[in-house]
Amino acid sequence: MAEWLSISDVRKKISESSAEEVTAAYLETIGQSRINGYTCTYDGALEMAKQADKGEGEGLLAGVPIAIKDNISTKGLATTCSSKILEGYVPPYDAHVIERLKAEGAVILGKTNMDEFAMGTSTESSCYGVTMNPWDLERVPGGSSGGSAAVVAAGEAPISLGSDTGGSVRCPAAFCGVVGLKPTYGAVSRYGLISYANSLEQIGPMATCVGDIATVMDVIGGYDPRDSTSINREISYRDALVDDVKGLKVGVPEEYFGEGVDGGVEKAVWDAISKYEEMGATWEKVSMPNTKYALAAYYTIAMSEASSNLARFDGTRYGPRNDGENWHVMASRTRAEYFGKEVQRRVLLGTYALSAGYQDKYYLKALKVRTLVKQDFEKALSNVDVLMGPTMPMPAFRIGEKIEDPLSLYLTDVNTVPMNLAGVPCISVPCGLSDGLPVGLQIIGKQFDEATIIRSAYAFEQNTDHNKARPAEVI
Amino acid sequence: MVYDNPDGVMIGLEVHVQLNKLNTKMFCGCSTKYHDAEPNTHVCPVCLGLPGALPVINRKSVEAAMKIGLALNCEIVEQTQFHRKNYYYPDLPKGFQTTQYDFPIVSGGKVVIEGEDGEHVVRITRAHMEEDPGRLMHMGTIEKSKGTLIDYNRSGMSLIEIVSEPDMRSPKEARRYLDKLRNILEYLDVFDGSLEGSMRVDSNVSIMGGQRVEVKNISSHKGAERAILFEIMRQKNLLRRGGKVVLETRHFDEARGVTISMRTKEEEHDYRYFPEPDLVPMRVSDWGPAIQESLPELPDTKRERFISQYGITGMHAKALTSDIRVADFFEIVASKADPRAAGTWVADVLRGELNYRNLAITSFTTEDIIEIIGLVVEEKITEKSAVDVIRTILDVGGSPMDVVKEKGLLKVEGDIVTQAVSESIVENEEAVQDYLGGTEKSLNFLVGQVMKKTKGRADARQARELLIAALKD
Ligand SMILES: [Zn+2]
Repeated sequence: MAEWLSISDVRKKISESSAEEVTAAYLETIGQSRINGYTCTYDGALEMAKQADKGEGEGLLAGVPIAIKDNISTKGLATTCSSKILEGYVPPYDAHVIERLKAEGAVILGKTNMDEFAMGTSTESSCYGVTMNPWDLERVPGGSSGGSAAVVAAGEAPISLGSDTGGSVRCPAAFCGVVGLKPTYGAVSRYGLISYANSLEQIGPMATCVGDIATVMDVIGGYDPRDSTSINREISYRDALVDDVKGLKVGVPEEYFGEGVDGGVEKAVWDAISKYEEMGATWEKVSMPNTKYALAAYYTIAMSEASSNLARFDGTRYGPRNDGENWHVMASRTRAEYFGKEVQRRVLLGTYALSAGYQDKYYLKALKVRTLVKQDFEKALSNVDVLMGPTMPMPAFRIGEKIEDPLSLYLTDVNTVPMNLAGVPCISVPCGLSDGLPVGLQIIGKQFDEATIIRSAYAFEQNTDHNKARPAEVI
Repeated sequence: MVYDNPDGVMIGLEVHVQLNKLNTKMFCGCSTKYHDAEPNTHVCPVCLGLPGALPVINRKSVEAAMKIGLALNCEIVEQTQFHRKNYYYPDLPKGFQTTQYDFPIVSGGKVVIEGEDGEHVVRITRAHMEEDPGRLMHMGTIEKSKGTLIDYNRSGMSLIEIVSEPDMRSPKEARRYLDKLRNILEYLDVFDGSLEGSMRVDSNVSIMGGQRVEVKNISSHKGAERAILFEIMRQKNLLRRGGKVVLETRHFDEARGVTISMRTKEEEHDYRYFPEPDLVPMRVSDWGPAIQESLPELPDTKRERFISQYGITGMHAKALTSDIRVADFFEIVASKADPRAAGTWVADVLRGELNYRNLAITSFTTEDIIEIIGLVVEEKITEKSAVDVIRTILDVGGSPMDVVKEKGLLKVEGDIVTQAVSESIVENEEAVQDYLGGTEKSLNFLVGQVMKKTKGRADARQARELLIAALKD
């Protein structure tokens, strides 16, 4: 099969046949996959589809298959963060977003590949091996939600969930030519999302079109009393699907077009901004002077939090265990063996950044920068409605090209991490190709103003052909 | 009299109090009533620290902490702030403890205790909230154990750590401070001190000429007194022999009654404290007035009221208010029986008999003591018999009247005693003559005869009075 289907396409197919048949077809496609996008498929998927058929189409996602990033807890289905340290761990509970999906009749196809513990930009640090980019199997799908983006791009799922700590939804969406949203911090409950850097991350949807992003947000968004950082507000994301950007004020931060931005990427993004002008929007250059410090602050905060968040993986309660003459030796042997190299690097650096004598110099300084970055956004977004720029400074790079040089890999996150520091919502939509590879346009909005970025992305999609581009293997 | 503290002893205490009267744990909905339960039955993803689970602060924990703070005359912080204390230990399922760091919920209070030289103020530095870890259980003794089992039922219980200034000057004052603290906490109905491990104490001890030593792992008030006494002696001996008391942490071995060095300052952990991102600050300063209003009457106030309202002695009032359950018990009894008699019978007799048997006040009913006091006041039984009744009820059981009847303790009627008096005078002429001749102790012999004739049921004092009256005629 391997074709791009929107939620409404899927529902049409279900009405013509059944949810069971649609799910079976997806499972068959996955079975023939060449991209290694799934870590496992769910053996209860067909049963869920049958239930949806019995429910006669009730629920916003009745019978619609969805792929779930492997760091979102699914009851009865292995959840490993693509790490050996969680091998065999099957959560006894569902994440909030999974409860919501089930309540709306969605069918869980399986778990998708990712950088180990979401630490990466290429999905190369997974213990299951890299996921291939459907546009070019020799290239990375981006990361860390590489599997979630790749399976949508390859037609192996119509929609998926990822998580975005510093670009982990937007980067793979851009590299794989699909749409990906990072909601405002607090818009989606993190209950059940295995933390990497908990003050930065949000679960976000990925799909072939903006409309499906809004639908999934209507399902997973909203208040959850089990997550103290979740915010209570009434909003219909689908109401924002309006093809009208007349009078929209767009800010273009010059810092997002800094050194090292690929020419093809730059052109595609400027073409997109011209298109907005054509559609009735205006644009102006804005300055985000603290952008240059954002990357260092981001990595310091993320690693610090990670060093604490990952302390629980000690082989005592779940996962594999290496023995030792006492508990501390056991725990440290276990962690040394089953955490990958990148995870160990970040845990060690984070531990260092939080240590007495260094905390002021690193962690606390990073928090100050975070405040400055936040102020940059507040200031810029007080004059314009949205900000736009390239999601990633380059298209998908080759597998193996950067993995041996962590610093160059970290640098690719330069345009995606400031939004996580500020907690603002942002979306990546396809805006053309560079040398045959997809380019993502990033649209950033004010806190809790997902409506404006969804409307902007939707209008762009309606008035361009970019989302009609398909990888070679997909119809 | 002023206590001059010859060795310059300074004792500060850090008391961990488990808020075991709350219904649920600190960050999840698990029940706190795990004390008689199978291991790992009162757990959920949150208190097991399962990947992805998030904490949500229990509002009642915060309120209880504020209650405690206000009862200890502390200031309340503007908004809550939690930190992570990072260290690895198997009882800590998340690899860090959620606690408070530079913004404790309350700070700057005081407690008044009965010190070496009268009323003595112990300043409270701060009290902060934190979660309890799980509990390790060794299979057999630590040395020979084949393995360690972990019970996470306790994991995530609300704790309050109350930190005092080093204001106590003797082991006795430390003990009194702990007693007073427990008393206040029980009054607040946030804590049941009778449950195992509900109050754990770390102590800082220093004497003149030495540095401060921290003694950990003290689990009882008596243990604290012993540990501190040992530590003062150890430090004094060390200094006397020309040694140095260094900054260190020591462990109290309760069984042997000694402290053992654990680590010196150089080996201190670096806990890498940082703010907990999963718990957003909660503004609590506005709750203060309502909580202040909801505070129950505290021990010192209750004691004063008992004295003025019931006319009982200061000693009795103090004894009765030193345990909220005894105080409540007394007030029920005093409402139905003569308050002063109630004071004596509850504070002296009943408490004495209960303490002797290591029993709580709940082992006796107010109905029974009211009935017993009634019998004494109406002179139906003697005071001695009343004590006998109390003991019998405690040891064997039964109701007061059953015991009285079974043991034949009812005072005999007046004419039987009068008859016994007349008979004794007639039958013991010699003793009568001796008495009339001035030998006072002969009267005792006659009283004895009356008691014998009445099989001890007569009141000895009454018998004596009747004999004197009869012999005057
Ligand atoms: Zn729990």
